[in-house]
Amino acid sequence: MSDLNKMTLADARNNLRAGEITSVELTEACLSEIEGSGTLNAFVHNTPEIAMDQAQAADARIAAGDAPSMCGLPIGIKDLFCTKGVPSQAASRILEGFKPEYESTVSQNLFDAGAVMLGKLNMDEFAMGSSNETSVYGNAVNPWKVDDRDLTPGGSSGGSASAVAADLCLAATGTDTGGSIRQPAAFTGIVGIKPTYGRCSRWGIIAFASSLDQAGPMTKSVRDAAIMLEAMCGHDPKDSTSADLAVPNFEAMLTGDIRGKVIGIPKEYRMDGMPAEIEKLWENGTAMLKDAGAEIRDISLPHTKYALPAYYVIAPAEASSNLARYDGVRYGHRATLEAGDGIVDMYEKTRAEGFGHEVQRRVMVGTYVLSAGFYDAYYNRARKVRALIKKDFDDVFAAGVDAILTPATPSAAFGLGEMKDADPVQMYLNDVFTVTVNLAGLPGISVPAGLDSQGLPLGLQLIGKPWEEGDLLNTAYALEGAAGYVAKPSKWW
Amino acid sequence: MSIDTKTAAKVAHLARIRVEDDALPALAQEFNNILGFIEQLNEVNVDGVEPMTSVTPMRLKRREDVVTDGNMPEKVMSNAPDAREGFFAVPKVVE
Repeated sequence: MSDLNKMTLADARNNLRAGEITSVELTEACLSEIEGSGTLNAFVHNTPEIAMDQAQAADARIAAGDAPSMCGLPIGIKDLFCTKGVPSQAASRILEGFKPEYESTVSQNLFDAGAVMLGKLNMDEFAMGSSNETSVYGNAVNPWKVDDRDLTPGGSSGGSASAVAADLCLAATGTDTGGSIRQPAAFTGIVGIKPTYGRCSRWGIIAFASSLDQAGPMTKSVRDAAIMLEAMCGHDPKDSTSADLAVPNFEAMLTGDIRGKVIGIPKEYRMDGMPAEIEKLWENGTAMLKDAGAEIRDISLPHTKYALPAYYVIAPAEASSNLARYDGVRYGHRATLEAGDGIVDMYEKTRAEGFGHEVQRRVMVGTYVLSAGFYDAYYNRARKVRALIKKDFDDVFAAGVDAILTPATPSAAFGLGEMKDADPVQMYLNDVFTVTVNLAGLPGISVPAGLDSQGLPLGLQLIGKPWEEGDLLNTAYALEGAAGYVAKPSKWW
Repeated sequence: MSIDTKTAAKVAHLARIRVEDDALPALAQEFNNILGFIEQLNEVNVDGVEPMTSVTPMRLKRREDVVTDGNMPEKVMSNAPDAREGFFAVPKVVE
């Protein structure tokens, strides 16, 4: 069998269990693809020895008839996850050389389910960015190309998106604070789901904004997302916000039958200046769900406009607190000091050298909005607006809406460097359709739904009710089937 | 609300990030752009709205106040830039 690395998780799992292939073969195929993919800069720390050990162990388990859900399936792990003994630096200089003594709960859950780790994946520094251009490792590159420009794979999970779209691995982990799974998934033509806040343990995931951060899978199909999400989530006593709820068998819920489901179309997501192609894609998606038997209902989420400004108070505020721990004392980079430098000089020089520009900007904005005299005007007001944004969703769900359909992004992938001179706020607008979902703690999934006129992938987003990932995945499965998206980037790297 | 270079310098110090004097005007301008964007929140009527403290209506888990982990000083120190004799070393703090 050739091109094993191009398999979906589901196909590879079935072939492994049928004895048609081995995990060692599958893992070797991925490792050899990764070796030839340097120009994509998706994998930044390769772990071939760990991968081969895990693959051999998986083959033994399969042979013994004891194959858990991800047994023998090779995946990539975003650099934000702490992986024991393997560099985990959130794409930041400040964590250069850091090798955790412990394993994040999500990666441990995946290993317990038999998954094989190929290496760590590129991302925006501390997950702050929408283009993977703030990484200390340099830009990750989108495998999609339409002219001589290198395109962004999106961010912050840009390396994960690039690696999955380029078939370097079967799937990857991502994290999503304002759209960091769903936007890169849309830019690269893959599936990405951010589950309900509390579904995945945050323990061992380097924190950005703790009330918004959630891990999720980035995969080649909705079925794969169901398989991998189930392996990732579950209650963890080490994260006090982790939900003590049973995890359903998500894959078993994929029937494709959405007759009678009510799909909301929020009028506030029809933005001024939205490209006609995005609007057309959204209309097509709506028609597909209607043809599948869903009821389409126009809805209103009146506070949508205020989601991005609320996010750009809350996320930097939490980041300024979370990133206070990088002080050059316990781990990571410490600046070289001059004679007479005191401890404050050490902190200030270390953080100026260790944090990139965007991270510094957000830490300082967060410091400002939390500072005495501005806390009420900015931070408390943003938290009140957040409560209103959540209420918008609560109201439409209470009125009988099962899921909400929106575009995933306001455009297709743009060229790396094209936003260099733009105001940071322009870059923030990438998250305009996704950030509401984090503020409301809801599950959201991006499904590839078509190509734009240049031939670049576009995604649609479905937003579900809290803890209803199974139902959401089933609606996404119906949309995926109707859209019939099969395009792949042609290999140039 | 407009941020001047003096405020920018104060914020940088509060955040413990060294910003050289010649970089302060540009930093102040960036703050002003972002805060200008955030000002939109003033349009929202938030009378009587409680600030959100938890996005899911779940009570935080409690546990017994007992030691669950520990006795691993080598592991705790293993990533330190400067560790000596079981301590993290830092520049002199007290004269």
